[in-house]
Amino acid sequence: MTLMLYRIDDRLIHGQVVVGWGQPLDIGFIVLVDDLVASADWEQDLYRMGVPPEMDLYFHSTSDAIAALPKYRADPRPGILLTGDIATMRRLVDEANVNTVNVGGIHSRPGRVQRLRYVFLSPDDERQLRELAARGVVVTAQDVPGARPVSLADLLAGSES
Amino acid sequence: MFCGIFKKTMNNDAQEATELSRPRAIVAGHGEFAAGLVSAVEQITGRGGQLIPVAVHKLGVEDIEALLREKMLEANVRVIFTDLQAGSCTMASRRILRGMEDAVLIAGANLPTLLDFVFADGRAAPEAARHAAARGREAISAHGAGA
Repeated sequence: MTLMLYRIDDRLIHGQVVVGWGQPLDIGFIVLVDDLVASADWEQDLYRMGVPPEMDLYFHSTSDAIAALPKYRADPRPGILLTGDIATMRRLVDEANVNTVNVGGIHSRPGRVQRLRYVFLSPDDERQLRELAARGVVVTAQDVPGARPVSLADLLAGSES
Repeated sequence: MFCGIFKKTMNNDAQEATELSRPRAIVAGHGEFAAGLVSAVEQITGRGGQLIPVAVHKLGVEDIEALLREKMLEANVRVIFTDLQAGSCTMASRRILRGMEDAVLIAGANLPTLLDFVFADGRAAPEAARHAAARGREAISAHGAGA
């Protein structure tokens, strides 16, 4: 197995990830890539409390994750990699050969416009997603496995169909 | 005389009713979980007013935390019921608890949990919440197909 999903989700560990994706994909581990969380023990404790005991949770700064990704890709268990923002995922794309990106949740904030029920984007967010696609990355939005993946073009047009 | 007693009884009843519907906890979770459960508590007991339903559609983690904190302070309650251990509301509530020593979070709440809580109005809310959590756990059972 390998990393099954490279997901951008500003809620990081939450129900859709642990249960929604975790159960059907039989996820054995989650790699959480976030510079702030990687440097805060109490944040890590908090996220560990949200994960069932049979699921391992690993924390990395962006730089450490780039070095550690080959190890996770070789792990026999299915896994998920999570970032809380587009910029972090972009570094992984640039430096760790990530080819597909799932936009799982980018929520409302001043300056962002709603594109899907679970995706709100600022002009800068949109530019970054376009740049990912320009690098050959397949970018789709999909909150849960049962939902239809939404292409980047449809996402930017605000169309789920 | 009779009218006076009657009036006094009415006043006491009204006061008691107000007390029974005074907010004592927040309920938060996915979709319409909170509104649905609070509606069910109200239908069964008439005490749904003790629970403040909070929906968090469209919000990021920081905004969920801010909203829950605001609701707690506004209503002066220190109990939060959430639906799922890994849920965003649970994660946000854990952050809130970190700076609020007298607050209690019950994650994985169900209808029996909330029913027990609203009837335990003689207990302090945090104690009632812990009791309700135990009751909610016990209330789950399986029937049929060899269970």
